[in-house]
Amino acid sequence: MTISLAQFLIVAAILFTLGVAGVILNRKNIIVVLMSVELILLSVNLNLVAFSAFLGDLTGQVFALFILTVAAAEAAIGLAILVAYYRNRGSIAVDDINMMKG
Amino acid sequence: MNIAAWFFYLFSAMMIGAAFMVISARNPVHSVLFLILAFFNAAGLFLLLGAEFLAMILVVVYVGAVAVLFLFVVMMLDVDFTELKQSFLQYLPAGGIIGLVVLIEIAFVVGAWTIGPVTIANVTTPMPPGMTNTMALGRVLYTQYVYLFQAAGLILLTAMIGAIVLTLRHKAGVKRQNVAIQNARTPAEAVEVRKVASRQGI
Repeated sequence: MTISLAQFLIVAAILFTLGVAGVILNRKNIIVVLMSVELILLSVNLNLVAFSAFLGDLTGQVFALFILTVAAAEAAIGLAILVAYYRNRGSIAVDDINMMKG
Repeated sequence: MNIAAWFFYLFSAMMIGAAFMVISARNPVHSVLFLILAFFNAAGLFLLLGAEFLAMILVVVYVGAVAVLFLFVVMMLDVDFTELKQSFLQYLPAGGIIGLVVLIEIAFVVGAWTIGPVTIANVTTPMPPGMTNTMALGRVLYTQYVYLFQAAGLILLTAMIGAIVLTLRHKAGVKRQNVAIQNARTPAEAVEVRKVASRQGI
């Protein structure tokens, strides 16, 4: 393979940065925030798989599999909370989430 | 430049472009579709790295389940997204600066770092030669990491129950099946025998 490990790491780093920037830029829109979190997890998976391939160690791929599991669970729970919140308030704006404030 | 490198640049460029569109698209439906594109290209990168099983799982789980779940929720909630998009420009300087700083930091880390020889010597589960990726992964996953595998299943079960409990609601006035009452019925209370007079009816 002519592609070096550093190139994969840089691609994953750019993806991670885009995810972090997406969380900050779309602070009002919680659905896009959840999607940005998925992007961050994808970049972490890319790192793990790249290291796994270049070191010849399978542990990285096993760990990436577990991250995939947790990411799926997180998306399901997050969207369920979002739907329940929308039913209660009729809005998903993050600024409106202050029902627990004293 | 050989074909693997060419595909690497193709997949990376498309993935980064799609990720950029995810965070900047005006319509959240477009965001979800670009997210799917990013996942497909990430699966291509996984294939280039020789992780075929994870690539296929990425397509099945993310594109087939998670992204469709996002699409469902975006379309189900009747939200005025243009109003939510107003703050995008407001947060653009802060978000851009923080993103740039994070990127520069990671670039410094990647640039000044090499794999130590000790790390290469300490490979715990080396890839067995002459075996497909799926087979090798299964051999490790079901033996060495079997407890973690069970814990992952438990996490998914918890997520499933949690999602159902959070979104299930009982509407008043909807007829529901009550199995206990159905089973408790006896012929004596379910059937009424009447003597009908001839030519008169009830």
